[in-house]
Amino acid sequence: MSAEAESGCDGKIVQLEDARKIYQMGNQAVNALAGITLSFARGSFWAIMGPSGSGKSTMMNVLGCLDHLTSGRYVLEGQDVSTLDDDSLSELRLRLFGFIFQSFNLIPQLTVQRNIELPLYYLGWDAHHSAARAKELAEKVGLEERLNHHPTELSGGQMQRVAIARALANEPEIIFADEPTGNLDTATGEQILRLLVELNEQGKTIIMVTHESYIAAHAGRRLHMLDGLVERIEGDG
Amino acid sequence: MHQIKIVRNILLGIENLLLHKLRSLLTTLGIVFGVGSVVAMLSVGEGASKEAMDQIRKLGSNNIIVSAIKSIDDEAASTTHSHMSIYGLTYEDHVRVAESFDTIRQTAPVKLVRKEGRLRERALELRIVGTTPEWFELVRRPVLAGRVLLESDEEDQLAVAVLTEFGARRLLAAESTIGQSLRLGSDYFEVVGIVKSESGQAGNIQIPDEQIDAYIPIGVARKYFGDITTRRTAGTREREMVDLHQIIVQVGSIDDVEPTAAGIENMLGNFHKKKDYLVSVPLALLRQAEATKRTFNIVLGSIAGISLLVGGIGIMNIMLASVTERTQEIGIRRAIGAKRRQIIGQFLIETVVLSIIGGLIGIGLGVLVPFMITYFAGMATVITVGSIVLPLVISFGVGIIFGLYPAVRAANVDPIVALRHE
Repeated sequence: MSAEAESGCDGKIVQLEDARKIYQMGNQAVNALAGITLSFARGSFWAIMGPSGSGKSTMMNVLGCLDHLTSGRYVLEGQDVSTLDDDSLSELRLRLFGFIFQSFNLIPQLTVQRNIELPLYYLGWDAHHSAARAKELAEKVGLEERLNHHPTELSGGQMQRVAIARALANEPEIIFADEPTGNLDTATGEQILRLLVELNEQGKTIIMVTHESYIAAHAGRRLHMLDGLVERIEGDG
Repeated sequence: MHQIKIVRNILLGIENLLLHKLRSLLTTLGIVFGVGSVVAMLSVGEGASKEAMDQIRKLGSNNIIVSAIKSIDDEAASTTHSHMSIYGLTYEDHVRVAESFDTIRQTAPVKLVRKEGRLRERALELRIVGTTPEWFELVRRPVLAGRVLLESDEEDQLAVAVLTEFGARRLLAAESTIGQSLRLGSDYFEVVGIVKSESGQAGNIQIPDEQIDAYIPIGVARKYFGDITTRRTAGTREREMVDLHQIIVQVGSIDDVEPTAAGIENMLGNFHKKKDYLVSVPLALLRQAEATKRTFNIVLGSIAGISLLVGGIGIMNIMLASVTERTQEIGIRRAIGAKRRQIIGQFLIETVVLSIIGGLIGIGLGVLVPFMITYFAGMATVITVGSIVLPLVISFGVGIIFGLYPAVRAANVDPIVALRHE
C-alpha cells in the first residue's frame, strides 16, 4: 500500500489490520471504518484528512485507544491492543499518548500548573517532582509566567500551548492532535503547528486530524479518508 | 507511599470542594443537622436515663422493698376528725416474711421516727431509722468513721446511733464526735459511727436512707419512742400507730426477685384487712427504665435515620449534578489515562469528605446544644464517646453509600462523548 508497509515491522509504531468499526444508528449500521489496513512509522507526522463522516474522528479515537474496533486488529508497538480491557487501555494512554484537542479541554477549575501536572498525578509522581516538571514544560511552551493562572484567563493560543505542555508531561510516544488549530486564528494556529513540527523533529510521532489542507501541509504524510476507507496517501516525510 | 497518596487525594478533594464553598456548605447542611440532632438527643436521653438508673441501682437490684402506706379509708378519716390510724407493717409481718421464703437471704425492718437531734449546741431535725445491723449490708454505705450497728447493740438494748455524713456535718460532728452524746428527743444516744450519705428518689420508691438519718437499734427505737406518733397540724391532732415503716428484703439471686415479691404481696394480703402496704421491686423499675430507654432509642434512631437519609439524598443529588457539570473534566481525565476506579475514588472521596465535614460540624453543634440545655434548663446531659463516634461513623457511611452511585456514573462517562461536550 505504501512505503511503510515494506520497511519492516520494527519501525512501526501503529499498525491496523482490516480495522472495522460499525456504529448502530437507529436501525441503520454505519461503517465508520470499513476495513482499513495501514501502518505508521515511529517518528512520522501524519495528517488524517477527509470530509465530515469520512471516519477520521473514529480513526483518531481507535488509534488513541479511546474506542474499540468492531473487528480487525490494532497493533501498537508490536502489542495487539484490540482485545485489551478498559484498565489496560487507560494505562496505555497514560504511558504512551498525549492528546491535544480543538477545544483545548483544559480543566477550568485547575491552574495551568495543575493542568500540566494531571498526567503526572495519575502516573503517581509526588507533588515536588510534578511541580518541577510542570515548570520545565511551561518554559518550553513559553508560559512560565502563567503557571498560577486559570485557563479562563488565557488566550486561545496560550490555552493550546498549555494543552501541549500537558500532552508532553508523560514523555509520550505519540501525540494525537484533533483539529489543534480549529479554534485559533491563522497566526496563532501557525505558531501551534510550528510547535508540533518541532516536537516531530525531536522524534515524537504525531497524528493530527484536520480538514484544512494548508494545515495538513505541515505534516510529512497525509492520509485522505472517504466513507471509512483510505482514499489516498500523500507525502513521504 | 500509599498513605501519602490517600492524604493527597483527600486534600485534592477538599480543594475541589472549596472551589464551591457555598454549594458545599449547603449540600452538607442536611448531614450537619442530622448528626447534630443525633448527638444532642443521645446526650439528653443518656443523661435522663443515667439519672434514673443511678437512683434505681441505689435501691439494689436484688432487693424488694415493702413499705407501709396509709390506706385510702384512713386518709379520708384522718382529715375529718381527731383519729388514731393504725396501719402499716407489723413486727409479725417482718418475722413472717423473713421465715416464709427460702429465697430470701436477709431482711431489715425499718422504723422511722422524726425527732430533733441535738449535739452540743447544734440542733437538727433528724429522721431516726430504727433498724437491725442487716440494714447496712442491704444498702452498703461506706463507713467513714467508727462502726455501724451490731447485733450486740440490739441484744443489750444499747442507746447508740450511727449518723450519716451529711447530718453529721450539719451537727458539726467529726471523727472526734464518736463516743459523744447525741440527744434525740429527750434521750441521749452515744454516736458510734458515721456512714456516707446517699440521697434521692427513684420513681415512687423512697430510697431507704436520707441525708439526715440517724440509725439506732430497732428495739431501742421501739422502747424509747414507742409505736405511736402524734402530729399536730392546723388545730387537729393526728395520731398514728405504725409498727414498721419498711421491710427491706434481699433475695439470693435476681431470678428470685419477682416470684418472691409476688409471694410477699400474696402473704401480706392474707393478714391485712386493708391495703396498707406496698411491695415495690427496684428491679422492675430498672427493667421498665431500660425498656423506656430502648423505646426512646428506637424512636430517636428512626428520626436520626430519616434525617441522615434526607441529608444523604441531598448530597447524592448535588453530586449527580456535579458529575453532569464536570462531564468534560471526567472525559479529559479518562483520555489522559485515569482508570475508572480512580474516577470513582475521586468522586467518592469528595462525597465522603463532604459528609464527614458535615458530621464534624454537626457534632460541634450537637455538643453545644446539650451544654446549653444543662446550663439553661438544668437538665442532666451526658456526652459519651459513643454518641460522638457513632454519628461520625454514620456520616462516613452516608458518604460512601450516597457517593457511590454518582461516582460510578462519573466513571462510566464515555470519554469520546465527554470530549465532544462543550
